[in-house]
Amino acid sequence: MKTSLPVENGNALAALQGFLKSLLEKQLVDVLLTPMRTPSGSITPALVSDPALLEHADPLAPVLPLNAATWAGKVSLRSPRPRVAAVLRSCEARALIELTKMAQASLDDLLIIALDCAGTYTPSVYLRKQQDQSDHPLWVDLYAAIRQKPDLPNPELRPACQICEQPLFENAPIRLRLLESDLEHEVLIEVQDEIAGNLNLTGEVGNGRAPEVEAFIAARTQARDQAFAEIRARLEGEEGITGVFAACIRCHNCMTVCPICYCKTCVFKSHVFDHDPMKYWEWSRQKGAQRMPPDTMLFHLTRQNHMALSCVGCGMCTDACPSELPVGLVFRAVAQRLQQTFDYLPGRNAEEPLPLVTFKADEWTEVGE
Amino acid sequence: MAESSEFEPKIIAFLCNWCTYTGADLAGTSRLQYPPNVRIIRLMCSGAVDPMYVLKADLAGADGILIGGCHPGDCHYQEGNYKARRRVIALKEILKSAGFDEDRIWLRWISASEGARFAETVREMTEALYAKGPNPMRQTWAV
Repeated sequence: MKTSLPVENGNALAALQGFLKSLLEKQLVDVLLTPMRTPSGSITPALVSDPALLEHADPLAPVLPLNAATWAGKVSLRSPRPRVAAVLRSCEARALIELTKMAQASLDDLLIIALDCAGTYTPSVYLRKQQDQSDHPLWVDLYAAIRQKPDLPNPELRPACQICEQPLFENAPIRLRLLESDLEHEVLIEVQDEIAGNLNLTGEVGNGRAPEVEAFIAARTQARDQAFAEIRARLEGEEGITGVFAACIRCHNCMTVCPICYCKTCVFKSHVFDHDPMKYWEWSRQKGAQRMPPDTMLFHLTRQNHMALSCVGCGMCTDACPSELPVGLVFRAVAQRLQQTFDYLPGRNAEEPLPLVTFKADEWTEVGE
Repeated sequence: MAESSEFEPKIIAFLCNWCTYTGADLAGTSRLQYPPNVRIIRLMCSGAVDPMYVLKADLAGADGILIGGCHPGDCHYQEGNYKARRRVIALKEILKSAGFDEDRIWLRWISASEGARFAETVREMTEALYAKGPNPMRQTWAV
């Protein structure tokens, strides 16, 4: 059901905070996972149980310090558990769907409130920009700019956001249709009928995307395809992936921040990769020299092998790389073909099994013959 | 590394215990001749081949990697080879996208009674690798 939240004094954030408050006050959920503004001005996800504290909720702040799917997973996984509502951006919601397939999250008592995403800044860019104009929230201009000129690129956004063609998570039980809203006056929302009934919301049946949203997505898709073409030329050219990742120091930051990489006993943190001195020497003799740390490419290719099918393109890996390598772009470019091979789109459907845990007897019958 | 002037391909083979390894054994007991370029690692099932070790062999400079399993429908564990098939397809797709030569990796179904097919596969693969030349990873230390 499509309806809208009225906005007073041009303050869409207050309208949203009121809406989130009503979920707690009407006891639709016990607790709410939402981005909150800390006293220092930075934004962090928090699990809020006191409705009064929601005056600090700021899901509109255009910043993605981490992919909150990890934490939505942790609060939903085991019973007993509270009924949780989680305010998530599309990449977070899609990662959460993937985590359910890996038994790292449960959607049973978890209500996804997905917000249409205009893109985000890294925490440092966000803080700098917001401090420059402390009385004027950044999201106001960001959403207004898209409504006016949906195809205008924004080079200040996180690299992953600049090429994100999935800013909407349309299957959510509650969806904040921010890209179509005139946020001066109203916040359009889409709510499942049953939830709308519990909240006494009324509205009309409606579906489909507004033309400006289509234009926005088309422009992002074009930017994505161009970025893919550029990185593929490097990967498939002289440089190869060893060249693209040459500056990797194997700090594992990309793995640590990845919402999909959940393994607590990751093989790359295990003793499998601790070797005797004679072994390093042997490798050095085989090739004349051995990069230290060794197994850098093995790390990246194995990680791709483990999670590229579920890669939602949130780009946390790129943000976390101290060598400023295009980790997320490489992953997405590789993942796109892999996902096409298995006709799989991460985050599309929680019922779809992960491609590598299932099979059909009558597929690829020419392989192996 | 001191590269000998005569290139001899090195193949690392991951063979399942029940079919392909037994097939290789049959090739031996049948005194079938095949090139000595293959180093065999026996696993219980092609579904037990962790793609990470295939990658490891490739990055270390193995010229070819052969994964051998039971024919579809014949897996000792019912479905290990079906899962192996998807894994190998995924791995090769990743290697291709990352700029590697994915044709250095072969998956073949060879049963316990197919000693001749095992010998023929090794012959065929060795020939193909002669044509390809050495794996460039042999000379690449910065991996």
